[in-house]
Amino acid sequence: MPPRECEICHTNRAQILRPKNHARICAPCFIAIFEDEVAETVTSTNLFNPGERVAIGASGGKDSTVLASVLKTLNDRHNWGLDLVLLSIDEGITGYRDHSLEAVKRHSEQYDLPLKIVSYADLYGWSMDQVVAQVGKKGNCTYCGVFRRQALDRGAAMLGVGHVVTGHNADDVAETVLMNLLRGDLPRLSRATSIVTSTPSAALPENGEGEIKFTNVKRSKPLIYAYEKEIVMYAHHKKLDYFSTECIYSPEAFRGSARTLIKNLERIRPESILDVVRSGIDMAKLVPGAEEQNSQRACGGENKAAAAKTDEGDGLGGCGSSKESGGEMAAMEQKLLQDEEAQANGNEVEIKMPKKTVNSQNGVARDTQDAADAEIDVKNGQQQSPAQQTVPIRTKEEKKSRKRGKDAPPPKQKLGQCERCGYLSSQSVCKACVLLEGLNKARPRTGIEVGGGD
Amino acid sequence: MASTIPVKIEFTGGLEILFSHQRSHKIALPSSDPSTNQPANVGFLIDWLCKNLMKDPREDMFVLEGTVRPGILVLINDADWELEGQEAYELQAGDEVVFVSTLHGG
Ligand SMILES: [Zn+2]
Ligand SMILES: [Zn+2]
Repeated sequence: MPPRECEICHTNRAQILRPKNHARICAPCFIAIFEDEVAETVTSTNLFNPGERVAIGASGGKDSTVLASVLKTLNDRHNWGLDLVLLSIDEGITGYRDHSLEAVKRHSEQYDLPLKIVSYADLYGWSMDQVVAQVGKKGNCTYCGVFRRQALDRGAAMLGVGHVVTGHNADDVAETVLMNLLRGDLPRLSRATSIVTSTPSAALPENGEGEIKFTNVKRSKPLIYAYEKEIVMYAHHKKLDYFSTECIYSPEAFRGSARTLIKNLERIRPESILDVVRSGIDMAKLVPGAEEQNSQRACGGENKAAAAKTDEGDGLGGCGSSKESGGEMAAMEQKLLQDEEAQANGNEVEIKMPKKTVNSQNGVARDTQDAADAEIDVKNGQQQSPAQQTVPIRTKEEKKSRKRGKDAPPPKQKLGQCERCGYLSSQSVCKACVLLEGLNKARPRTGIEVGGGD
Repeated sequence: MASTIPVKIEFTGGLEILFSHQRSHKIALPSSDPSTNQPANVGFLIDWLCKNLMKDPREDMFVLEGTVRPGILVLINDADWELEGQEAYELQAGDEVVFVSTLHGG
């Protein structure tokens, strides 16, 4: 049969069938329209300020590669004046990130964007290999996932960048909408559909002279309306080289099923994906508190934003993010709840961890550790010796007043911040800090004093 | 009889792990489908690839319910296979078929 011509230029042969509107267009027209649509998303939502420093969460995978390529192109074309930087997280899994980081390094050269790589060891004092050595292979995805949630924010803060963009696409958002619908979690559904998942927290003071605290980092997803199919097509026709893999530790569970459902729907009716996204956005407006949340996120919606991140990971692929095991996470939630129970019952212990020991082990952890300490200081409203990180002991009375009684139902999610690191959290201590506490307790060389808290 | 046509095959986006970790393959496809005696089409090609080129037992990462798994894009001579008739497209000598997974970590 004769080749069908492009509906836009009426010159070239049609190569792409657009899922959103069934348009049959050629590759050059497709690339132009894809870029125009991302530009439209950015400008219609006032996503960036002129001159803003923006970190692109870069994994070397398709989504973040396309995001980097498109933002670089648009920034140059439209003189947005953005100061773009690629930010990669190295979990420290031997052999896992090596190739993807190589890809990111190539992108840094190809797109002429500076690259910053921060490791879990930098951020937390633990690489994933060390975590695996400590806790075994089972359950380590939980650590990876929990650490990952904060990693981009912490990494951006280290670089002094206040805005991180991730490669989440329409398919990812549709998945999250479906998952939350299936779980009956409408509040979380409403958070997932927001193009900006967190805004700078007004609740915490600025840390020094304009220094960025990781709890103030804004996150957004400029590709929220872009189909995964089109992202892959864009990469293909622009001949972008990207890295694809499955995390060697990755499980598949609830999100995997939601993903399969989305892909099956797409084959029958491709509009479904954007329709689910739009439905999510519309439903979000019906959720009580959504209005306040969307208009005033800066004044107290932080933990909601954090929860949205919880669901999404960072769009960087790999274990614990988009392929997070629902069952495993649920088990960990349970465990954390029990820990909280234990705290409420007065079983809490005091940990004093000489910071120098941690730093000397990891060499590079100093800045982050300092930042974390600074945040603890801010949170506690007091100066602490920088030489040690102290976990405050609460009296039983304080605990009783803070915690539920024994027979009371589990606490509802409420706004708040981790009392140790200041991160947005619905618990008094965020999951990362709980997990780190467990890891650091078990690490023999840190010279931890375990005091009698009971 | 038993004539073949040369076809270029490419697997990307993570699919290459199912095919000896090799991205590009040049195959000699039987020019007709012996079960139907019809000229080889893309449906026959997919079946043939599973039986002859796939080295990994996880066939369901490539095909489900008799066709390419949802989430895997197919390009025939660099055009979306949906524009070319999908499985019914009859292969010509020198055609290039690309399979791209969108399902792997990105
Ligand atoms: Zn055209
Ligand atoms: Zn914390």
